[in-house]
Amino acid sequence: MNPTSLAEQAAQELQRQEQLKLRLFLCYSTPCVAAGAEPVKTALEELLAKQDLAADLEIVATGCMGPCSRGPLLRIKNADGEEQTFEKVTPEQAKEILLHSIANQPVETTALPADLPFFVRQTRIVLSNSGEIDPEKIEHGIARGSYSALAHVLHEMSAEEVCAEIKQSGLRGRGGGGYPTGLKWNLVRKSPAERKYVVANGDEGDPGAYMDRTIMESDPHRVLEGMAIAGYAVGAEQGYIYVRGEYPLAAARLVKAIKAAERRGLLGSRVLGSNFNFRIDLRIGAGAFVCGEETALMTSIMGRRGQPVPRPPYPAQSGLWGYPTLINNVESYANIAPIMQQGADWFAGFGTEKSKGTKVFALCGEVVNSGLIEVPMGISLRDIVFEIGGGLPDGGKFKAAQTGGPSGGCIPAEHLDTPVDYESLKELGSIMGSGGLIVMNESSCMPDVAKFFMGFCMEESCGKCVPCRVGTVEMYELLTRITDGSAMLNDLETLEQLCRLVQETSLCGLGMTAPNPVLNTLHYYRDEYLAHIQENNCPAGVCQLDQIPLLKLPEHAAELAVFKEEH
Amino acid sequence: MPVITLTINDELVSARSGQSILEACRDHDIQLPTLCYLDGLSARGGCRLCLVDVAGSPRLLPACTTEALENMVVTTHNEKIDRYRRMILELTFAERNHTCAVCVSNENCELQSLAAELGMDHVRYDYLNPELNLDTSHERYGVDHNRCLLCLRCVRVCDEVEGAHTWDVMGRGVESRVITDLNRPWGDSESCTDCGKCVEVCPTGALFDKGSSVAEMKKEASFLRRILDGREKRQWQR
Repeated sequence: MNPTSLAEQAAQELQRQEQLKLRLFLCYSTPCVAAGAEPVKTALEELLAKQDLAADLEIVATGCMGPCSRGPLLRIKNADGEEQTFEKVTPEQAKEILLHSIANQPVETTALPADLPFFVRQTRIVLSNSGEIDPEKIEHGIARGSYSALAHVLHEMSAEEVCAEIKQSGLRGRGGGGYPTGLKWNLVRKSPAERKYVVANGDEGDPGAYMDRTIMESDPHRVLEGMAIAGYAVGAEQGYIYVRGEYPLAAARLVKAIKAAERRGLLGSRVLGSNFNFRIDLRIGAGAFVCGEETALMTSIMGRRGQPVPRPPYPAQSGLWGYPTLINNVESYANIAPIMQQGADWFAGFGTEKSKGTKVFALCGEVVNSGLIEVPMGISLRDIVFEIGGGLPDGGKFKAAQTGGPSGGCIPAEHLDTPVDYESLKELGSIMGSGGLIVMNESSCMPDVAKFFMGFCMEESCGKCVPCRVGTVEMYELLTRITDGSAMLNDLETLEQLCRLVQETSLCGLGMTAPNPVLNTLHYYRDEYLAHIQENNCPAGVCQLDQIPLLKLPEHAAELAVFKEEH
Repeated sequence: MPVITLTINDELVSARSGQSILEACRDHDIQLPTLCYLDGLSARGGCRLCLVDVAGSPRLLPACTTEALENMVVTTHNEKIDRYRRMILELTFAERNHTCAVCVSNENCELQSLAAELGMDHVRYDYLNPELNLDTSHERYGVDHNRCLLCLRCVRVCDEVEGAHTWDVMGRGVESRVITDLNRPWGDSESCTDCGKCVEVCPTGALFDKGSSVAEMKKEASFLRRILDGREKRQWQR
């Protein structure tokens, strides 16, 4: 396939779609399937076959549409381009919607209001195809411009120009670190080596986060296209996409997408009629959170035990099998094609001074509309939680928003107006992270939350370096004491010192950031910790506090059965 | 061989290009505590005791895996680093069971002497006391997981020097264990050559000669340099 035939195929597919009377988009990503999208699809298909309507309409099993808590979602689009979205659709409702729409009668089921803030407050760049295409049909993607950016890059631009464009766009790593993507690409491009690699990090492991999964499931071709552009820009002919083992659907769709793209000459040898060769292979993780760390991910790709290795040397100098390796997050790659299509300046028009573009967040927890959202950088947390998220359910009072998963922290209510960008969140002691955003109400106990995340890090520590391997366990023990009532005031001091140690001396990002949830909650909610220790009181009413400090045992001797017997 | 100059503890020192900070320090008799590092084995950067401050780096860097570079300014000891080293030792002591008085390596133990050297005299953290066993199925040697630091010198010496790769690690985090042959008893191992290198390089009493009693297990890791000099440089010496 060459650029001309790519454009022809896009036009052809668009024409086919325009001739249809009605198109039904059924969200078929993991949350909606879990909510019951499968029977809805079966019901619609049966009806279609029975009524012999297949020529006039089409059911599209799409990727994520966004408001996951309202699934299964069904959107209909008629020949005039009018759209209606329905939430929590049952098979019966779906049949009703289909029959009435095809007969041009008003639908009885109430549709979601078109001006729902959840939809209108978002800016979808990364997710622009998500919910619009069937991710398993490459024609749908091509009709919406997939691989046109790659065609343009391969035939019109030099590798230097591509890197310069990315640098100018101001795109920063979406995996959490926020390192300027253009700089990284240039580093790899300039590294002299006979072979180079491109790696996409899809080992998303933060509790509550599913941005990367959704991107891979909803629009796999966009990730592949971004990787191919990266390969061209840095001079690599081989790419690896590392998907965590818990994402079988994403992996299956990527495999299908890679095959489809190779068959059409969009990947593989002589991509799109150019002299550029690029192959992408899939690697599946085996369930270790630490493999999301770039050096551990690379050892895992090489088939070794997934443990991090000290940096420097950085992957850009010495990565896979000692060759320069470009490693970016899946979401970063998904930003590439739109930047190349519409230009760096267009992209830089979104966001703030230092954080450009948009960010995808997985909004969950105590919020009315939980789901996947894409917002411009710099939007305030208040807008995310109360406008897009629709506030807290049942009149709950906002207590904190947790960002960045086990590496991040909690942002309290007084900082709700902070713009969401890399620097501002860091100043608050949290991080952007990969994009998990958990809203908590008054019933969350902060020491308990810190304990949860510490338990997570403890389980996931690889065991290579001492501070992380033992430090996380000891921090967990101390937090357990605080939450069960057996802590003394000096335990708090020990905990803080230990946090600093683990932060400063651990080998990789997991250990370095593991104490963040503790330090951050100690900063904003110290009174809660003190209430637990000094007053034996959990303000949120979560902790049992049924233990007593060992040193206070004598004072409580009378209450203890073992002593009573002796007296 | 190109020579570079760097500053270590306010003194200008020279080093060979490609050397690690740790090697440069040792060449100039600057003492750095180490546990997982052993001359002759690949550097691992796991014990975090050789962390040093490098001007311009936002974090402390392990001297064993960081290459010494021209004009680098390195500080090997200050109040914070020394405190961190003691805390790391405390964590190491708390992790398993290091009761010197009943240990075969008492008085010949690298962990014990480091604790004395760095002034680590108490442990603030909860002893984890995991339930671990002893494998004495091998004819000549035994392994006591209670004394293991997970420095993985045994794994590396077996793989890199002996070439047998009998030792490996299973589990992760605090559940990690060194194992022989896919976690079969050492005595049943078909890959083990009974060479005993792992025992000699083990810093504590985790690997020991069977039959040794308290404080009797003396180890000598310098054989490693002799073997490697012979192999790599064809220099044979006693």
